[in-house]
Amino acid sequence: MSGTTHGHADAPHAPVFTGNVRARLEALFPQYPTKQACLLPALWMVQEERGWISEPAMAEVAEVLGLTPAYVKGVVTFYTMYHTHPVGRHFIQICTTSPCNLCGAEAVMAALLRETGCVELGATSPDGRFTVAEVECLGACGFATPIMINDDFIESVTPERVAGILQGYK
Amino acid sequence: MGYPHPTHPKETPVLSKHFGDAGARTFDGWVQRGGYAALRKALGMTPEAIIEEVKGSGLRGRGGAGFPTGLKWSFMPKGDGKPHYLVCNADESEPGTFKDREIMRWTPHQLIEGCAIAAYAIGAERCYIYIRGEFTEPLRVMTAAVAEAYAQGALGADVFGSGKRLDIVIHRGAGAYICGEETAMMNSIEGRRGNPRIKPPFPAQAGLFAMPTTINNVETLASVPHILNRGGAWYKGLCLSNPKSTGTKLISVCGHVQRPGNYEITMGTSMKELLFDMCGGMKPGRTLKAVIPGGSSVPIMTAAETETCLLDYEGVVACGSMLGSAGMIVMDDSTDMVYQIWRLARFYAHESCAQCTQCREGTAWTTKILERILAGKGKQSDLDLLLSLSENMTGKTICVLSDSCAAPIVSGIQKFRPEFDAYLSGARQPALAMA
Repeated sequence: MSGTTHGHADAPHAPVFTGNVRARLEALFPQYPTKQACLLPALWMVQEERGWISEPAMAEVAEVLGLTPAYVKGVVTFYTMYHTHPVGRHFIQICTTSPCNLCGAEAVMAALLRETGCVELGATSPDGRFTVAEVECLGACGFATPIMINDDFIESVTPERVAGILQGYK
Repeated sequence: MGYPHPTHPKETPVLSKHFGDAGARTFDGWVQRGGYAALRKALGMTPEAIIEEVKGSGLRGRGGAGFPTGLKWSFMPKGDGKPHYLVCNADESEPGTFKDREIMRWTPHQLIEGCAIAAYAIGAERCYIYIRGEFTEPLRVMTAAVAEAYAQGALGADVFGSGKRLDIVIHRGAGAYICGEETAMMNSIEGRRGNPRIKPPFPAQAGLFAMPTTINNVETLASVPHILNRGGAWYKGLCLSNPKSTGTKLISVCGHVQRPGNYEITMGTSMKELLFDMCGGMKPGRTLKAVIPGGSSVPIMTAAETETCLLDYEGVVACGSMLGSAGMIVMDDSTDMVYQIWRLARFYAHESCAQCTQCREGTAWTTKILERILAGKGKQSDLDLLLSLSENMTGKTICVLSDSCAAPIVSGIQKFRPEFDAYLSGARQPALAMA
């Protein structure tokens, strides 16, 4: 159960790509013919380290890979899994696409909002513990309704199971 | 063995034989189950002979398009001196489809072996496996298996002492349905936004990093070791109906059935047998209303159309839809079709990459019009408007995402019109409040 490091939008940017993280990124360079191809992996590293990807972090990635900050921002904003603002300690994604919808995903979503105290989708609970996001197809339609909490993939969630599952995420 | 249900006697377990068997995940476990014999055999063959064997098997792409795999491989140039790439499409994101996930989480070496054989056949020394970002467990399992395959000499500078080089790089996606489209996937690997590219040039001429590239689905590649082991003729013989559809196919079944899950059938098995014998039919007291058989991007079938349908590429087309990725979304008589079609349109509107006008505007507007109908504010002319928009969304864009949005809308209006009319006339209470 991994929790993300909590970041603040107004904190000064401390470089991500130093020491071990830098070494891990450089180890990827020989796996691709261009440095630009390391962009998605580099953004994942930023998010793992900081919990989200700030504009100064995008600028740092641009610097390290020889790209422009605007180009990096264009890529970051294309993909739904990169956070461009801080999220709760535990980030919850729930699938409500048709197959899960047929099996009652909307009731699971309502239970998640109720039990986490998040006032709406995308919002963080007042205690900073959870953010709930509605996402499109998680690719586990036979195990409706799947949710993800951070990197944990949880299948066959029902409204009744929600409170118990959340207890594992303090 | 099956997963999550035991293998049904009517299944033909080839790819799924070890689903649910954690012992099959390790290199040694895979070797004990006959693994890596096909790769050793392939390394003793010429690339041309491998391609002929795969052509002879009749294997067709399992990602949805159904293009003959051996023929696709044969498009790769020979002796051009350029690096060639194999890309394994593990971006499984088509609503209703969850088969590649099981292949990766239970039998990672089955996929690695298939990738290695395919790469050798097309002259590639590097294979990128593009796994969707949400698949954290398949990513962990595949990463560990690739490391083990290197340690055991199945990958690296000298694969099993053959002098051939093969590197596998796992590339994690970051949340974008469209990256399952092969040219969008190449852009995503290159560190770009996942916008599909105009073809030509086709990937075999100028694909990933502008080099000759072949992109194959996980299930397609996982089938290859079995074809090498047992022969193309054996695979071709797995056929109950049309000889153009051979082998086994993993069918993901979800929605209102008693036993959802993956079922591996011989091509040509009847849909009725799958739904009512293998999956146990509908929940008690319920009857079948509709099936979307090929992942969400294909026309909806009525219960009557499923009666005689045979599950192969030609059989599903003959009954008014497409086999696609074979992710079957099953709906019983409790289903509000207008609501479900709106939910699908919303999916495509969210996932449109927005570079083509017809798709960007079409997916958004069809969603809004369906929302209006569901809110009880629809106009009689809305159905014609939806059909007209759908017409303009079909066959006019760089990729088929917009066509995929139109397919359930058009077939839904054609086949379930009274349900739309009930909202339009006020006979049915609104299901949504207008924002």
